[in-house]
Amino acid sequence: MDATLARDWMRAAAAAVAADTDRLTRLDAAIGDGDHGVNLNRGFTAVVAALEQAPPQTVSEVLVKAGVTLMSRVGGASGPLYGSALRAAGKALPPTAEVRPSELVVALRAGLEAVRGLGGAAPGDKTLVDAYGPAVDAFEQAVAAGADLAGAAAAAAGAAEAGAEATVPLQARKGRASYLGERSVGHRDPGATSTSLMFKALSQVA
Amino acid sequence: MKKFINDPADVVAQALAGIAAAHPELRVDVEEQYIVRADAPRPGKVALVSGGGSGHEPLHSGFVGPGMLDAACPGEVFTSPVPYQILAATKAVDGGAGVVHIVKNYTGDVLNFQLAAELATDEGISVETVLVDDDVAVEDSTWTAGRRGTGATLLVEKIAGARAEEGGKLAEVAAIGREVNAASGSFAYALTAGTTPAAGRPGFELPADEIEAGVGIHGEPGRRREKLRPARDLVRSALDVILDAKSFDGPVIVLVNGLGGTPLIELYLVYGEVAEYLAERGVPIARRLVGNYVTSLDMAGMSLTLCRATDEMIRLWDAPARTPGLHRGA
Repeated sequence: MDATLARDWMRAAAAAVAADTDRLTRLDAAIGDGDHGVNLNRGFTAVVAALEQAPPQTVSEVLVKAGVTLMSRVGGASGPLYGSALRAAGKALPPTAEVRPSELVVALRAGLEAVRGLGGAAPGDKTLVDAYGPAVDAFEQAVAAGADLAGAAAAAAGAAEAGAEATVPLQARKGRASYLGERSVGHRDPGATSTSLMFKALSQVA
Repeated sequence: MKKFINDPADVVAQALAGIAAAHPELRVDVEEQYIVRADAPRPGKVALVSGGGSGHEPLHSGFVGPGMLDAACPGEVFTSPVPYQILAATKAVDGGAGVVHIVKNYTGDVLNFQLAAELATDEGISVETVLVDDDVAVEDSTWTAGRRGTGATLLVEKIAGARAEEGGKLAEVAAIGREVNAASGSFAYALTAGTTPAAGRPGFELPADEIEAGVGIHGEPGRRREKLRPARDLVRSALDVILDAKSFDGPVIVLVNGLGGTPLIELYLVYGEVAEYLAERGVPIARRLVGNYVTSLDMAGMSLTLCRATDEMIRLWDAPARTPGLHRGA
């Protein structure tokens, strides 16, 4: 992956969020406060603008800039969580023009650890971790089995989507959905759903 | 959706511009989205900064002024402010004696204020955080995000603000804020949902004869949906929950708070029921406040907050405050 591909990933993620804004907002209205799609769309619109204004030349810089932009523009829980994930992932990468899939494994895992450290969510809490965790595992396994970026990204996208779908029967234990208790069961988690969009976007451009 | 707005995307910024125009005694930074006392920073005074999603007015922007907050950071509607915005407000009011962040217990607010406090600490500003989590409708357990911050936020801002105004040190201001929160319990009912400008439709649907008991200030559900009952029954049920959750073994400050779409005639009727039932339960009322203070846009509903008040808290509650949303004393 080089900086151009990383920027394409962020653009594809922004397009996916824009296309699904209403769906994310409806999912959030069911078990949260109904602003996830709107907030994330505002944040990724700002990310695309920031990356076009002064295009960073390394993958690391692209991800750090995207993360800081999300942290400073989104608010809510999703801003710090997605922002920290991208920023930590970027910081875990070497400052080289190109990064290898094995280096992306380390970066994606650093992003996951940042999310877990900040939000305190464990697998099964019905959060974005339930999509992000399986996606990183799948990406890592695919790379270990010799897959290229496209193959690893496809595996991660499939695992993220399966993880997001698997949040439906879970009872939320973090975030606003946790106030619903058992009433959160039967709804798909909006954060896990948007995480699935992130990995789908990566797989589209890889 | 029928609202007095121009464009849903501009509501927060244009409301801030309106606050700036209406209140020359405040300074509004429309770019960074914060409001400070015009005389900030005040050298040697502990500064209070709060913030949260917009849509709860007068909380927090309406409580900036002598005796309460030094700064407020409004986020987008029902969305917490962002770390750099909170940092900018913190720097704008720091008078060298430290800054207290008053944070309602919602995941987004907690995370953004936590990041902002780390950034401020890096810049040499001492920050203490007071977390408000008074909503006893929600179970406080490790299996949820914990109790939500609601009506007691006003009491914390008033009482801690008075302590800072009279020269309290950082640790003392934070301590009285935490004491007020620990001594407070709240419970709310919604008759209808509020409508955010961005969503354009009510946050949830309620059948005509049903209410949401234990509702949160963003329309989050609480305990259950139930049939609408006479105000007397609803007040007694809510007070039973609050009185069971914490100890109220002495005088209380009572807040009867409208959620934005409930007329004062109903809030006063509710206060009458509260006073009658607390008398029956042997809980003396030291002070009371009735009105719309911690709202949820246009939600029809109300919340009840009790705070077991020490003499010190009552003294600070009575101290002067001059803010757009709450005016007391001189």
